[in-house]
Amino acid sequence: MSNQVALTGNEVMAQAMRQINPDVVAAYPITPQTAMVQVFSQFVADGNVDTEYVTVESEHSAMSATVGASAAGSRAMTATAANGLALMWEILYIASGTRLPIVMPVVNRALSGPINIHCDHSDAMGARDAGWIQFFAENAQEAYDNAIQAVRISEHEDVRLPSMVNLDGFIISHAVENLEILADDEVEEFVGEYHADNYLLNSESPIAVGPLDLQDFYFEHKMQQSVAVENVKDVVLKVAEEYKGISGREYGLFEEYKLDDAEIAVVALGSTTGTAKAAVDNLREQGVKAGLLKIRLYRPFPAQEIADALKDLKAVAILDRAETFSTTGGPVFADVKAALYDIKADVEATNYIYGLGGRDIKVGEIESVFTDLQQVVETGNVEQTINYLGVRE
Amino acid sequence: MKLKEAAKKEERLTGGHRLCSGCGAGTVARLVMRASDNPAVVGCATGCLEVSTTIYPYTAWEDSFIHNAFENVGATISGVESAYRSLKKQGKMDEDFDFIAIGGDGGTYDIGFQSLSGAMERGHDMVYLCYDNGAYMNTGIQRSSATPKGANTTTSPAGEVIPGKQQYRKELTDIMAAHNIPYVAQASPFKPQDLMKKAKKAFEVDGPAFINVLAPCPRGWRSKAEEGIELTKIAADTCFWPLYEIEDGEWKLNYKPKNKKSITEWLEPQGRFKHLFQEENEALVEEIQEHVDQRWNTILNRCGEL
Ligand SMILES: Cc1ncc(C[n+]2csc(CCOP(=O)(O)OP(=O)(O)O)c2C)c(N)n1
Ligand code: SF4
Ligand SMILES: [Mg+2]
Repeated sequence: MSNQVALTGNEVMAQAMRQINPDVVAAYPITPQTAMVQVFSQFVADGNVDTEYVTVESEHSAMSATVGASAAGSRAMTATAANGLALMWEILYIASGTRLPIVMPVVNRALSGPINIHCDHSDAMGARDAGWIQFFAENAQEAYDNAIQAVRISEHEDVRLPSMVNLDGFIISHAVENLEILADDEVEEFVGEYHADNYLLNSESPIAVGPLDLQDFYFEHKMQQSVAVENVKDVVLKVAEEYKGISGREYGLFEEYKLDDAEIAVVALGSTTGTAKAAVDNLREQGVKAGLLKIRLYRPFPAQEIADALKDLKAVAILDRAETFSTTGGPVFADVKAALYDIKADVEATNYIYGLGGRDIKVGEIESVFTDLQQVVETGNVEQTINYLGVRE
Repeated sequence: MKLKEAAKKEERLTGGHRLCSGCGAGTVARLVMRASDNPAVVGCATGCLEVSTTIYPYTAWEDSFIHNAFENVGATISGVESAYRSLKKQGKMDEDFDFIAIGGDGGTYDIGFQSLSGAMERGHDMVYLCYDNGAYMNTGIQRSSATPKGANTTTSPAGEVIPGKQQYRKELTDIMAAHNIPYVAQASPFKPQDLMKKAKKAFEVDGPAFINVLAPCPRGWRSKAEEGIELTKIAADTCFWPLYEIEDGEWKLNYKPKNKKSITEWLEPQGRFKHLFQEENEALVEEIQEHVDQRWNTILNRCGEL
């Protein structure tokens, strides 16, 4: 039995954590994630979960303790944002390289400096090559659904990799939304009990985790990690199918919104995709064949599938809520462009960097992107490949 | 614990590791592990002990082992111990385990200090063992905050104008005592029974325990491999490395040299202090002696020996 609730993104993620009931949570507060760990701490204090909550003294220790707890054989979670994620950076690679199925909500916030507490994706994008699975959500409902599915995906025997469940800071984390959460027993049954194959707390069969791995083996281990990453897509789809059975909600690698017959489209991820849908609807009313591709699974990147979905367009704009400072555009742009190149698609692709440090993005601005795309189609000419949307001159 | 009895116990850190001959880190770890009566999870910070004992696909540890990174063994074992408490509470396991985090002086006094402090403050039931060889040996003898004043290291070299390391050691054992944890001790491998007794107390105590042990490094100390343990005795006899413990806030001295020796007896056999015996550094040696005397007095005072 699902329940209709009105909760903020942080509150509903704390509910997801309560329902997952991890053995260990080690976390450190940081805006805009703070409410999530506060609410969860209350669940611990009230005995609503079996979790040992480790009140670590930093995010570096949060990830370190989570790695220890996961390697010990327990189901372990943490949550963070921005600078906290950056402080974890070294241990992110150790978590994925050690093949630990940790699930971590990340409440996306701009990275310092200068310091800013509001939404952009520079935190998660900085960690996109750390070997973690990355999900993005349009709203709190999706973030909640992603968190619960991530447990199964991460722990799947063909995967065994950690997951970052991203939700936009403030826009999703602090806004109250009407959404549905599953019944506690449904989640309990869906995630099941965690049984690690090899773990530290097994005196019958002790193991050594994190040994020195030199030229003779390191590469093979990295190769195994690459194979596991290759397996993620299939597992994401299988788990989504099963999840649909209990929730009625459908998930894929990405969502195609009015893309079927579209001539121009934008690609985006996170809460902006909701705004983009409104823009698409407005344009459709004016008879413009506009569409949207909303990325849910960003790492591993479903390149082939995304390219196939975009290949019949005349022009596409990729929206990035992060700058790479490479002069070649944002991270999602680079990935999508490479994917289109691989299938030799004849689609003009442009990039719009927007919303840094929580700068609002409005429906009209996305409509202006579509206007630019129409221009590209009409003239057959891209005037400006990399654009900055909503920034003052 | 009787030495004879301890010698009969199974080795928990076995041969085949790649530590240098005469390395104190292995000796200290073996002695401490002999005091454990349960299966253990051993955590090791990056450093000589770690790189030498678990080279894939081998391990010299009979127990489960985890190496995470250089600066986080305190937090890592916190996580393992929390998992254990959680699973036990839920009735998912009932076996007893010991938890031990091991770091060199670099991984403990310096980069891992925050992680250690946090773990101790939170009260995890774990032992933290620091093997203090007075420098970052694994990366080629760079100074740490545990390096003795005047020592020649690769980042505090003795040069034409600067005679080695400029600062005195950080007194980490005191800092750990200030965490008000149930058990803190400073020990040395030349007194193996004392070391094992302390390790036993550390394992048995309910809550966190910290043991700081002097560990000779012939490479970094520029000393003879076969003289390492003897040097740790000289360290105690010169009062450079006093042996004491703090049990529930009570300070106790465990070794009082019959005749307190001059600090030069500690400095002279070690190549890292060679330059201190040049004429122009005479005053520096005197200053080091004064510092040791003062420190010794402080310890005597705290232990109620004055
Ligand atoms: C974050 C990080 N910084 C630096 C290093 C390089 N490093 C590895 S071991 C080590 C020194 C270890 O010194 P210590 O803890 O005293 O142990 P020892 O080697 O002396 O046994 C250093 C600097 C590292 N591995 N990780
Ligand atoms: S360099 Fe020193 S600490 Fe490292 S293994 Fe050799 S003797 Fe031991
Ligand atoms: Mg050292």
